Amino acid sequence: MSAVRSRRREGRDAWLLVLPALLPVMLFSVYPLVYGVLLGFTDAAAGLGVETHFNGLDNYVELAGNELFWKSFKIGLVWAFSVTILQFLASLGLALLLNLDLRLRWLARTLALIPWAMPPVIIAIMWQLMLNPSYGPVNRALDAIGLPGGVNWLGEAAVALPVVIVVGVWAGMPQTTVTLLAGLQSVPAELNEAAAIDGASTWRRFWHVTLPALRPIITAITTLDLIWNFNSFALVFVLTAGGPGGTTMLPSLFAYNEAFRYGHFGYAAAMGNVMVVLIGAFLILYLRAQSRRRFQ
Amino acid sequence: MTTLARTSAVGRSRIARPLQYLALLAYMCFLAFPLLFLLTTAFKTPRELQSPDAGILPERLDWTNFTAAIDKADLFTAAGNSLLVAVTTTAIVTAVALPAAYALVRFRTRLRAFATGWILLSQVFPFILIIIPLFLLLKDIGLVNTLLGLVLVYAVWSLPFSLWMLQGYVAAIPVELEEASAVDGAGRLKTLARIVLPLLAPGLVATSLFTFINSWNEFFFALVLIQDPDMQTLPLALARFVGAEGQVQLGQLAAAALLACLPSLVFFLLIQKRLTAGLLSGAVKG
Repeated sequence: MSAVRSRRREGRDAWLLVLPALLPVMLFSVYPLVYGVLLGFTDAAAGLGVETHFNGLDNYVELAGNELFWKSFKIGLVWAFSVTILQFLASLGLALLLNLDLRLRWLARTLALIPWAMPPVIIAIMWQLMLNPSYGPVNRALDAIGLPGGVNWLGEAAVALPVVIVVGVWAGMPQTTVTLLAGLQSVPAELNEAAAIDGASTWRRFWHVTLPALRPIITAITTLDLIWNFNSFALVFVLTAGGPGGTTMLPSLFAYNEAFRYGHFGYAAAMGNVMVVLIGAFLILYLRAQSRRRFQ
Repeated sequence: MTTLARTSAVGRSRIARPLQYLALLAYMCFLAFPLLFLLTTAFKTPRELQSPDAGILPERLDWTNFTAAIDKADLFTAAGNSLLVAVTTTAIVTAVALPAAYALVRFRTRLRAFATGWILLSQVFPFILIIIPLFLLLKDIGLVNTLLGLVLVYAVWSLPFSLWMLQGYVAAIPVELEEASAVDGAGRLKTLARIVLPLLAPGLVATSLFTFINSWNEFFFALVLIQDPDMQTLPLALARFVGAEGQVQLGQLAAAALLACLPSLVFFLLIQKRLTAGLLSGAVKG
């Protein structure tokens, strides 16, 4: 009897403690999110006295024929996958090095965190200066070793996207490295030692012992990286604003322009819905494939 | 057999070690050079920056770029706005998240599943879906273009992550300690104040610093919600500084950028030991 009462009292206490967090979250994040999804089925637009109507699937029919949006969506996929994969490979290499007993390891571990400590806007400004066609150190270094400098890295359609991807890799490497390093440190050393005594080479030990032990962490961090990269905005917005000629127009930038430059709120929300559905579907497939692999 | 394996391993490491150092050096150049470049640019005079054959290092430590950047009234106002927004957000989030995190860990309720689901969902949704309704909502209640509106948005969107981090720290405190204190006759409040809070302090500091840095650095919500130049935050002001002055005052731009990331650089320096030790790794987001 008293157990039931104390359980009930506990429930009430929990609600009291959580309520101050719950109320603002409901008002300023659950409600806007639901509202945002619904807006994707309306013709909402900016301006005084403009009435909003539900228009069913009209936005999506229009979107299906909007070549610029699909081009931007494709750029977004190329960006998100390239950055995530390159970031993962580069970070894995760095994490393996930082896990070795090298001299000055503490210094390297500190320096490796630098990009994390910088806000995306500053990273974008810094790389603009780095890549400046006339004063930038990148072109000067190319000149110095006799390669053709003078490339306008962020201004030429052919090179802008790859260059922006490199900056994206730079900006996100610390999180991935730190996560993988933590994973490496949790791999039992005995496993590797046992394999070494059995005569396994470094490469075979990495492939058959370290990598399988890391797999859950790899799945988690690549999934998060992919979501963050696909939704990222500030870095590319300040670096190129989507240019030159729309070659770096990520879907988040495209939808931002649609909403806040042209005032098409409903249409932009519809783009957001399409992005959520497609990226969500991909994530489900990816996570399912990974978990199946683990149980084999 | 083992001796054979060992000798070949030694032979291999004689080649491998220098290669490992070389690779590490390449990584360090890639990761640290841009900041080094920003640092040297901030100390260069306009003449040095224009001349094609100036070296990488500045001729002397010239602080004029820094003083000029600080003197620019709008940057100073913007830094003040950023500070106000970040401090208020951090205070609100910490006050709200602490009891909630405690309740979610210590009491078995259905709220917990909801909270976890919400934390995950808030990571997946593209910001465009959230910012349009938020913009309309804040416009309706007259909070667009105000720092208060920005604080509200930041607080709500920092909450899931702070809650998640704090839950981890609360869960790490052995519940037996609390039970022992209760057996000794201490009331719940007394137990919380004497036992839980002191143990939670480091986690609380880390969580609030994260909230502070995230609000200090945030760009997208500010871009949409703030149009008035007097209300803009530091990232906004810097992004506009680039647009307005562009190439002309590279040195000042670099100086201002450096000053703007000083708080987060100091913060990361402070926690770097714990970060690389992997202690925070589960609870960290960029």
